[in-house]
Amino acid sequence: MSAVRGLWQIFVNGLFESNPIFRLALSLCPALAVTSNVYNAFGMGMSVLFVITANNMAVSLTRKLINAKVRVPVYITSIATIVTVVQLVLEAYFPRLYQELGIYLALIVVFAIILARAEVFAAKNPIIPSMVDGLGMGAGFAGAMVLIGVIREVIGNGTILDIPLFGPNYAPALIMILPAGGFITIGLLIAFFNHLTEVRKQAREKLALQEGGETA
Amino acid sequence: MMEYVLLFLSTVIVNNFVLSRFLGLCIFFGVSKSLNASVGMGMAVASVMTVSSTLAWVVYNYVLVPFHLHFLTTVVFVILVACFVQLLEMIIRKFAPALYNLWGIYLLLIATNCIILGVPLINAESNYGFVKSVVHAFGSGVGFAFALILMASLRERLALADVPKPFQGLSIAFILAGLLALAFMGFSGMIPI
Repeated sequence: MSAVRGLWQIFVNGLFESNPIFRLALSLCPALAVTSNVYNAFGMGMSVLFVITANNMAVSLTRKLINAKVRVPVYITSIATIVTVVQLVLEAYFPRLYQELGIYLALIVVFAIILARAEVFAAKNPIIPSMVDGLGMGAGFAGAMVLIGVIREVIGNGTILDIPLFGPNYAPALIMILPAGGFITIGLLIAFFNHLTEVRKQAREKLALQEGGETA
Repeated sequence: MMEYVLLFLSTVIVNNFVLSRFLGLCIFFGVSKSLNASVGMGMAVASVMTVSSTLAWVVYNYVLVPFHLHFLTTVVFVILVACFVQLLEMIIRKFAPALYNLWGIYLLLIATNCIILGVPLINAESNYGFVKSVVHAFGSGVGFAFALILMASLRERLALADVPKPFQGLSIAFILAGLLALAFMGFSGMIPI
C-alpha cells in the first residue's frame, strides 16, 4: 500500500507541485510556439509525455552500465532516438499534426526537462518509479500546454478544436494566436500560479499558528 | 546579392527567432538579467551558430541526402552540434585562455540548445543552398543577439520599477517579451519573402 502511495506522490509531484512549465520554467522553450490551438498543444504534450517516460525507463534500465563520464552524450542519443521514433509514427499516422508541429517536434530533443529528469531521477531510481516520474512530469507538461492552448484558441480564434463557441458575431482578438499573445498569456499564467502559491503558503502558516496557539 | 541581404534582414528583424519562433528562450530569459552577459552570450551564439550550421549543411547534403538517411537528421544534428561546441570549448581553453574566461561559460550553456539545433533543421527543411544557409544562420545569430541585448536593456530599467509581487521575476519578463514581440510585428510585411 505504501509503495503505491509513494508512486502516487511521485506522479502528483510532477503534475502539480513542480509542474515543469509554471514552476521550474524549464523546457518552456520552443514548445510554446505550438500552443496557438488546442489540437497542436495536445499533440505536442502527448509527444513529450511519451518521450520523457520512455527515456526515463531507458536510462533507468541502463543506469548501472553507463559510465558517469559519458552519461550526458548517452542520454542525448537515447532522447534523440526516441524523438525520431515519435517523428516517424506521427508522420505515418497523424500527417496533419506532423506538418503543423514542424521542426518543434525535432526540438523535443533539447528540452531541458527531459535531460534533467534523466539526470536527477531516472539515473538513481529503479524502472517503475522512473516511469511514474516520467508520466507525472509529462502529464504536468501536457496539461500546462493544453491550458495555454485553450486560452489562446478561445480568445484568439473563438473556437475550441475548431468548433466555434461564440457565434458569427464574435470578433476574435487575433493577437492571442500571434507569438506576442503567447508570451503575454504565459506571463499572466505564471503570475497567477505565483499568487496561488503565496495564498496557500499564507493559509498554511496561519493554520500552523492557530494549532501552535491551541497546544500552548 | 540582393536576395541574401533580404534574407539576412528578414531573419534579423522580421522573423526574429526569439520573438516570433520562440527559439532560444532558455538563454533569452536566463541571461538577459545582465547587459554585459547578454553582449557576450549574443556574440557567442552568433558565431557558434554560423559555424555549426555550415557544418550541419555539409553533413546533411553530402552524407544524409546521398545515402537516404533523412530520418536520422535529428540524431545526427544533435550529436554533431554538441560535439562541435565541446570541441570548440576545448580548443579555446587550450589556445586562448583569455577568451575562454570571457566566453567559456556561455559555450557550455549553448551545447544543446534549441536555437543552435533549430537553425540547421530549418536550413535542411527549406532546402537552402550553401550561401543561403550560411547567411540564414548568421542572420539568426545576429537577430538573437539583437533581441537579447534589447531585452537586457529593458530589464535593467525594470529593476527600478515597482512590480506587483506575483509578477516579479519570470512573469514580468514574459510580458515584457510579449510587448517586444508586439513591437517587432511592426516590421512584418516590410520584406516580401
